[in-house]
Amino acid sequence: MIDKQILEAHNLTEEEYKRIVELIGREPNHVELGMFSVMWSEHCSYKSSKVHLKKLPTKGEAVIQGPGENAGVVDIGDGLAIVFKIESHNHPSYIEPYQGAATGVGGIVRDIFTMGARPIALLDSLRFGPLEEPSNRLLMDGVVSGIAGYGNSIGVPTVGGETYFHPCYSRNPLVNVFCIGIARKEKIFYGKASGEGNPVFYVGAKTGRDGIHGATMASAEFSEDSEKKRPNVQVGDPFKEKLLIEACLEVMEKDLIVGIQDMGAAGLTSSSSETASRGGTGIYLNLDLVPLREEGMTPYEILLSESQERMLIIGKKGKEKEIEEVFKKWDLECCIIGEVREDGFITANFKGEEVCKIPVKALTSLAPVYKRPYKKREGMPSIKPEKIPLPSDLNNIFSKILSSPNIAYKGWIFTQYDHMVQTNTVLLPGADASVLWVKENGKGIAITLDGNSNFCYLNPREGAKIMVAESLRNISCVGARPLGATNCLNFGNPEKEDIMWEFKEVVEGMGEACEFFKIPITGGNVSFYNETSGKGIYPTPVFGLVGILHRIEKVLNSSFKNKGDIIALVGKIKNEIGGSEYLRILFGENFGPCPKIDLSDEWNLHKFLMEAIENSLLLSAHDISDGGIAVCLSECSFFGGLGFDVDIEKFGNDRVDFILFSESPTRVVISFPEENWRRIEELAKKWNLDFLVIGRVGGDRLVIRKGGEEVINIQLTEGERIWRKSIEEKMKVI
Amino acid sequence: MKAGIVVFPGSNCDWDTYHALMSCGIETVFLWHKEKSLKGCDLIVLPGGFSYGDYLRSGILASFSPIMDSIKEFAEKGGLILGICNGFQILLESGILPGAMLRNKGLRFICKFVNIRVENNSTPFTKDLKKGEVLKIPIAHMDGNYYLPSSEMEKLKRNGQIVFRYCNGKGEITEEANPNGSMENIAGIVNEKGNVLGMMPHPERASFSILGSEDGRKIFQSCLNYLRER
Repeated sequence: MIDKQILEAHNLTEEEYKRIVELIGREPNHVELGMFSVMWSEHCSYKSSKVHLKKLPTKGEAVIQGPGENAGVVDIGDGLAIVFKIESHNHPSYIEPYQGAATGVGGIVRDIFTMGARPIALLDSLRFGPLEEPSNRLLMDGVVSGIAGYGNSIGVPTVGGETYFHPCYSRNPLVNVFCIGIARKEKIFYGKASGEGNPVFYVGAKTGRDGIHGATMASAEFSEDSEKKRPNVQVGDPFKEKLLIEACLEVMEKDLIVGIQDMGAAGLTSSSSETASRGGTGIYLNLDLVPLREEGMTPYEILLSESQERMLIIGKKGKEKEIEEVFKKWDLECCIIGEVREDGFITANFKGEEVCKIPVKALTSLAPVYKRPYKKREGMPSIKPEKIPLPSDLNNIFSKILSSPNIAYKGWIFTQYDHMVQTNTVLLPGADASVLWVKENGKGIAITLDGNSNFCYLNPREGAKIMVAESLRNISCVGARPLGATNCLNFGNPEKEDIMWEFKEVVEGMGEACEFFKIPITGGNVSFYNETSGKGIYPTPVFGLVGILHRIEKVLNSSFKNKGDIIALVGKIKNEIGGSEYLRILFGENFGPCPKIDLSDEWNLHKFLMEAIENSLLLSAHDISDGGIAVCLSECSFFGGLGFDVDIEKFGNDRVDFILFSESPTRVVISFPEENWRRIEELAKKWNLDFLVIGRVGGDRLVIRKGGEEVINIQLTEGERIWRKSIEEKMKVI
Repeated sequence: MKAGIVVFPGSNCDWDTYHALMSCGIETVFLWHKEKSLKGCDLIVLPGGFSYGDYLRSGILASFSPIMDSIKEFAEKGGLILGICNGFQILLESGILPGAMLRNKGLRFICKFVNIRVENNSTPFTKDLKKGEVLKIPIAHMDGNYYLPSSEMEKLKRNGQIVFRYCNGKGEITEEANPNGSMENIAGIVNEKGNVLGMMPHPERASFSILGSEDGRKIFQSCLNYLRER
């Protein structure tokens, strides 16, 4: 008998239960209830987000596959396509950081190679609480080790990403993993089950009891006893994954299969129902044939297990032997567990009995969709930045900013990742965007992950627009044009009206910016319920933008190159200080008005950079973001080993601290040889941008003046030491 | 001249090494670990990666692969063998090279460009290099902390078997320049006869200027020239 308690344990409401009964025309049995509970979970069904996600632009010239598949696909010419997606693994990473992060990598990598693409790079967007708290250090250590342990072993380089720290992530760490792969256009595969009678193969690891209800877990808030959810987290085996990559790509290359799907969240249930849904078919499974890791597993457990490194493959009838041979070569388990049927049902038998028979549509397209109520959030901090006194020693404040983990060098993290395997990594981690060399055609792929939750907290709509613009600026700085994007939307509990309002605002802001820049979104992921004991995170959208460089030799990096080169700022001069690292360091709080962005200025800046880089006018370009122009210039120096001497007098009459540390968008620091000055200035004028020459590269100090008077002056080596060592020193004791 | 790259389950630098060798004009084939034939290759490369997931101990399971018998025989006959990273670990585990790899001194995986100094340029792998020359080549490993009992270390030194040592940009052998705690800053060694080289840095990752260094090519080119002149 299914009662209230059972429903609660399955995270289903009474209304949802009524809907199930209606859809299948009877009471579900226990197995079926379990299947509905995972397929209708927020994680799998997007029931709270769907109505808003529809507002995002998904079409574009280069788009081969938009949302709805395992990953998005974009054309890069020469018969090649790139396949990419981002996914969250926040909840499991909090409970079990190493395995949570590792299996996050494993899952997204499977999403990519199931499309027929060889995974070529990983990036991560991470959020933790302050490193002063030991528990946060432990979480970061576990997450980074988990990403390294898995990614390094499978031979996919982790080439970049971002890491930020804020108290709101103390018990809600975010682990968003992005993967990109490359495929020949005619060899793209889809997760479709078609062709009556085609065999359904189970390949990869055996099924165990791990990860049951992982998707359901990720669709609820945590409480004090979330430790108890540890059995819901899966355990990864990267070696098996590496074999799976090779074997699956081999059966695809040999044209032996019609469809393929990873058994990720909700395992066998989701992989069979999703492939059947896309193919407009049904699937019959004989659960007695599923390879099991332990004895006595029930059909409920077999259908819901989230054991890792397993794939469901729809083979071509008549090719069974050849498929089996490939998997045998790679020492992988492979067996036929069922077949495709035209009846539109997911049917499973166990020990001669039918244990479930559910219309595919009831599990997938007919899952509930909610228009959740929303209401603007009230109660923002009321301090006005103009009212704060000007600190007397800006040098000292600047040192503090350089050592802030949000700003400081992230080498402690990325040297643990193999970021060079596959020998395509042209720009090392720390650059404005990661750049990969496409050996097949001499082009380059630029990738950036960006999120700015501090701005999104102050103004979700404007913050989301700034995030998209920053992504565009990042790939522009390396010389790339945008192709397409994916996003990971991390929020609190959507049943709360102000959280839903944040979500709606962010999606609309992101949509507006993407529409303006003609950036199609080809897929993504939503992670709600990032709350522990009622305390949630800032709205944290993360945007993964992919762009293309038509000639890899044109790639530009951010380091200063030669003594005497001219340093200039190009873009739109604004000195907004709201939401900046500077204010958080001075006051320990995120406040002030969110900066404003003009999307057409940003587009002009993109066009300017494209033209300047194409004509080889620049020697470096670096986006001004976290920490403002002071940090931006310093990073160019640290990467290039050369100091600078600049004057910010022409930035206007704003307070000097605001000018130094403003994080206003649409600004880039460039350097170039003197002889290019006139041409660059003309180009800036053509695109209606502010262009200020501010100083020159050289010396062994970082010097910023205002009207000749020094406001910052520190030794390059000293600044670099502070910046480079900060995170490493904090992580010495874990 | 033909090079063969051995593919173990979990090898992941096989294609990288292939691209580097081919770009040096060396005909290259893959050798599957379950086979015995070396297909008439003149140079055998054991590539980097995580053979058998590096489960149990880095390189040990791969050292029992069927192809390793043929490789041992090839080594004894004086054939050229290059083990890179995991390939080096496999050569140690199979006893073709002396010593063992411990976990890095910092207990963490390290991926970065390092400098190594050429200590012996009379091997087939380094004949085109200058003694004391500094190469910029990346490392990427968890277990690269080379260890050998002191009595054997004396012999290794006496025989000139130390080929590469970690150094700073000026070529000085310092503690800070040692990324993983290796004895004597060792980054690469040869066997007594000098025909088998094991090295932790990845020359195939430093074989194209767009990737920041071409120093690794010099090692492949040395092999090519050695075999041509032979």
